[in-house]
Amino acid sequence: MIPASVPTQRPPDARLLVVDSGGRIKDVLRASFPTLLRSGDIVVANDAATLPASISGVHQRTGRSIEVRLAGSESVFHEDVRRFSAVVFGDGNYRTPTELRPSPPELRPGDTLQLGPLTATVLRLLDHPRFVMIRFEGPSASIWEGLAHHGRPIQYSHISTPLAVWDTWTPIAGLPVAFEPPSAGFALDWRTLDAIHRRGVRFATITHAAGISSTGDVELDARLPFDEPYRITESAARSIRRARATGGRLIAIGTTVVRALEHAVSIHGSLRETTDVATNRISTDTELCVVDAILSGTHEPGTSHHQLVSAFVDQRTLAKMEQILQQHAYRTHEFGDSVFVEKSRGRAAEKEPVGFVTGYRHDDVLTKAISV
Amino acid sequence: MAIESMETNKGRELTAWKGVRVAVTGGTSGLGLALVRMLLDLQARVAFIARNRDRVERLVRERADARGITGDVSEKGDIYSIAIQILGKLGGLDVLINNASSLGPVPLAPLADTNCEDFELALQTNVLGPFRLTKALLGALAASAREGGRPLVVNVSSDAAINAYPNWGAYGASKAALHHLSGIWNAELASQGIQVISWDPGDMDTPLHAVAVPDAEPTMLKRPEDAARELIAKIADHVLPVTEASP
Repeated sequence: MIPASVPTQRPPDARLLVVDSGGRIKDVLRASFPTLLRSGDIVVANDAATLPASISGVHQRTGRSIEVRLAGSESVFHEDVRRFSAVVFGDGNYRTPTELRPSPPELRPGDTLQLGPLTATVLRLLDHPRFVMIRFEGPSASIWEGLAHHGRPIQYSHISTPLAVWDTWTPIAGLPVAFEPPSAGFALDWRTLDAIHRRGVRFATITHAAGISSTGDVELDARLPFDEPYRITESAARSIRRARATGGRLIAIGTTVVRALEHAVSIHGSLRETTDVATNRISTDTELCVVDAILSGTHEPGTSHHQLVSAFVDQRTLAKMEQILQQHAYRTHEFGDSVFVEKSRGRAAEKEPVGFVTGYRHDDVLTKAISV
Repeated sequence: MAIESMETNKGRELTAWKGVRVAVTGGTSGLGLALVRMLLDLQARVAFIARNRDRVERLVRERADARGITGDVSEKGDIYSIAIQILGKLGGLDVLINNASSLGPVPLAPLADTNCEDFELALQTNVLGPFRLTKALLGALAASAREGGRPLVVNVSSDAAINAYPNWGAYGASKAALHHLSGIWNAELASQGIQVISWDPGDMDTPLHAVAVPDAEPTMLKRPEDAARELIAKIADHVLPVTEASP
């Protein structure tokens, strides 16, 4: 795979690798995603908008420059804007690969971080010298203003131009509680939502504070994903229950949706209105209780996102997917191509993938899409 | 004020506005200021946007329940900062009132004497600003609809959007564009449950009108409070659930 280095949310040639429940693999234009849906299905997306969660400033005790990347919060309630977990880097910016960023000065409880107009206090270290719990000082209105004016989107070195906030908001973005974009949702423009609707497919959203995807530190990265608060409203839960009761599939747009829905079901035994914090880790051993398919970005092996996709398919199919993504130069990272993976029938059987058919051409049209 | 509020809500519970999340641009003078005060009296949750920080802070001191945001809707770079604060401070959005306006050249001038820069400012403020802010907030408005709300965008227009008044070229042309934009938005967003309307308040006794027509007789003009009351009643028709009329 090659890094997608341009922040275009919906390039016309965006590709979609489709893996159906029988292990058949095809690639199509991502714009044809609605044709993969059946009447009665429900598509569930994460409607969190992305905070400008990278905040530069100074560690007061040492006078050294730092970059604070907000990484997690305790709830998605909009007034809860004071306490965050955060990864702190030393001097520099996104142009340096994260793993090469210098460490911050020694951080101690009680240290003051002056972050532009924002003042934060280190409350405690979270078992790592660059991972801390911080508290912003002042009223919540001032904190929102400070974040809006001084924060910048968290960014990585594979994109050279500075991201604007609008690059990071999906078309459906609402409450700004995510720390990095729930980027699978980039695929959903309003035209696509209309197409979904016309096919008799329901659409619902949850709000999930998608966390940071990389810390630059092997030990910390192994702890990803961090705990992520989410909210499933009663109307969303009801829509999902209705769709599933009539045999419709639940298609999750992105890993955060899978994590939240499966967490909620694990708590309640069924899907209902839930405001909680997802602490679950979804991987190859996870039995998915409510999600039937996922539209997601292409993720590199070893990442938590990649592990999550392994809950949908057996290891051989996953390996085949990896091989195809590499051979066909799919683009990866948040502005890259996508995969649509249906939960495998009898995943434990470790069946040989049926095969691969390419339907993708640069001059392709939607009608070339496959039927699954 | 309580009596006025009740008049705007005939057929609805007085408490129907409680918690409705409203954002008003151009909220520190004229119609916008009147809307902010009345909506707060109705217990709506109100965020207002204006360019001048002092005026924003003054209104927040007057009304501690108002969420003030300093920003300029004509500046592309301000839009997402404004959107983040609207959504962060209100926790979502049900009603967006694009009220901030620019006259273009001041004093008003024939098109032939209008500088391109003044026309551009009118377009930025009256067309592109509302377009950008609406676009940035569409996700939140659609979420409101999915939760059973009836979200609404109001674009404050003018009869100059319809009639060709000499000397009102930049303003009139930009408001005409906004008026048409509203209709197209409304048609396109119906499937998402989002309503978009264009609304003409009439000639009001406001600072903007005083700049445009300095020799106008104020007593012949509509009070902005009266226009605000009319608009709130109209918004209520679109947004609030109808209940049995009070006896």
